[in-house]
Amino acid sequence: MDNNKVSNRKRIYAKEEVCIGCRLCEVHCVVAHSQYKNDIVKAYKKSPQRPLSRILVEETRPVSFGLQCRHCDDPKCVKACITGAMQQDPDTGIVTNDESRCIGCWTCILACPYGVIKRDFKGRKVASKCDFCIDLGGSPACVKNCPNEALYVDEVRVLNNEESKEKGGTAK
Amino acid sequence: MSLDYSTSEFTINRDKDRCIDCQVCVRQCANEAHYYDDEEQKVCSDEHKCVNCHRCVTLCPTRALSIKKHELEFRANANWTENAIKDIYKQAATGGILLTGMGNDRPYPIYWDHMLLNASQVTNPSIDPLREPMELKTFLGRKPESLKVENGKLAEKLPPQLELEIPIMFSAMSFGSISLNACKSMAQTAYENGIMYNTGEGGLHRDLYKYGRNTIVQVASGRFGVHPGYLNAGAAIEIKIGQGAKPGIGGHLPGEKVEAEVSLTRMIPQGSDAISPAPHHDIYSIEDLRQLIFALKEATNYTKPISVKIAAVHNVAAICSGIARAGADIIAIDGYRGGTGAAPTRIRDNVGIPVELALAAVDTRLRDEGIRNQVSIVCGGSVRNSADIIKAIALGADAVYIASSALLTMGCHMCQKCYTGKCNWGIATQDPNLTKRLNPEIAVKRLTNLLHAWSHEMKEMLGGMGINAIESLRGNRHMLRGIGLSDRDLNILGIKAAGE
Repeated sequence: MDNNKVSNRKRIYAKEEVCIGCRLCEVHCVVAHSQYKNDIVKAYKKSPQRPLSRILVEETRPVSFGLQCRHCDDPKCVKACITGAMQQDPDTGIVTNDESRCIGCWTCILACPYGVIKRDFKGRKVASKCDFCIDLGGSPACVKNCPNEALYVDEVRVLNNEESKEKGGTAK
Repeated sequence: MSLDYSTSEFTINRDKDRCIDCQVCVRQCANEAHYYDDEEQKVCSDEHKCVNCHRCVTLCPTRALSIKKHELEFRANANWTENAIKDIYKQAATGGILLTGMGNDRPYPIYWDHMLLNASQVTNPSIDPLREPMELKTFLGRKPESLKVENGKLAEKLPPQLELEIPIMFSAMSFGSISLNACKSMAQTAYENGIMYNTGEGGLHRDLYKYGRNTIVQVASGRFGVHPGYLNAGAAIEIKIGQGAKPGIGGHLPGEKVEAEVSLTRMIPQGSDAISPAPHHDIYSIEDLRQLIFALKEATNYTKPISVKIAAVHNVAAICSGIARAGADIIAIDGYRGGTGAAPTRIRDNVGIPVELALAAVDTRLRDEGIRNQVSIVCGGSVRNSADIIKAIALGADAVYIASSALLTMGCHMCQKCYTGKCNWGIATQDPNLTKRLNPEIAVKRLTNLLHAWSHEMKEMLGGMGINAIESLRGNRHMLRGIGLSDRDLNILGIKAAGE
């Protein structure tokens, strides 16, 4: 690998020192994945099967930060998926779950080292996880709506072998 | 147990059609005015705890919340107002002095709003600031009696000066009364915009030494955090004799707010109350003040200007004349509208005089005595907008101090509960859950925006007067006219009435 090779892979990172634990990221994630993307009230009150939030704020006061799918370079969930619903885009590296093929076996949840996949029991019973708001266009909903700029999108820098060893394995 | 007569000050209106029970308000209110009822499966509110800080209103994603003054009314009484009655109930229950935060909120006249500015019309053309250069740069410090020039250069060295890109500085707010994030935001903004900020009496935190060239370090009566490194870290040293919000009494930081970092920076034990005594216990006369001024000059090798900050009180002109003759390079006058983290309500609302009158009186007296060049005058105590700044300079100020304006920029909503340490905006608190709410990256952007906006407005007003440099406005009382003022007021301000 070249030194300092910057891929076109992007990830969402959290700044825990400015996360205020309000969980507005969770609210906006729900809205962005509901059928009422521009109406928070309708998304919450009218949706028959309100989607789960794909971001979860981990908290041990005063530390808190939003955690979602890391879209790993080597995604264990894709390998674990028995139907092939979990796929990784070779260019962007974004891992998405095709809910029409997902059978809710939860093997991906067992395989995920970060615990960011959730079980969605409403309706068809599928695995629910961050899709980087690919369908929405623009910034992911959580990043756009954080009131204290505690989430940001940044390009992943691909590490060379020395840096990788220094960090004790592949860092994302 | 006897009756508590206290009733709620505010009501919380929650629009049931808009509330989605997301619980953001529950998580964000440090006063616990909102809570989630598991049994009812919805968010409920206890308005008795609400202080009207608007945190929940601002964060609510559906704008479902609104805070209003509580509808409970006493029988109409122009003398025994609701506040007058409630203050008695409070003191009957606690036996203590009433505490409050921020500045005097009583309806005394605001002299800024009784002064009008000139504009050029026919005989003296106005200047367009977008097309002509405008100078807002100011130098604070002692100026010599006259300039001796030899071979096109100054023959003698000037006394030390502070260089300001614009005539605005952030006033003293101690680390302890406000959070480290708030201090960092002002320090970085001052650094990036070529102005100064003031440490206040809380000492200088080690993370802020890098902004030293834009820092005024304060030596107050408690001498918190004062050591040789501290004195040499800043660009100037300010001796705090008094502050506008509580003239004549000392500061008090409750022990609860003195956690590890505050303790280290102030050089006092953790958990101990930080009490600043009323006089400096080594300054009991003007000669003692001269001694301290020169002790500080010796300690810093005469390389830094020494400022003396006083509250605007009776005979302020004579006091300033004495301070100038005692060797100060800058005098900062803080009017009675000045803010604070904690002060007794009666002192805040009844002691001191307006900075507008004090400023005019001091500038006139120093000019009459022929010593106006010996000090730069800085004024503060509710400078609310760029027009106030222009008027202050026209009355005689070299620069202004802003504090409440800076806090509002960073999120303050003037709820006046700073002394509780539960500031929901992360400003007047040391609680780590709350201080994270003030993101310095965002605050620096907002403070910089304010400075840019005000600079532009000041240039427009100057251009309108046909002036292109701030030094042509300083003390230029001809640019002001009074409106709705008595003859006496006009006399003290040294300005004519509108129409004259």
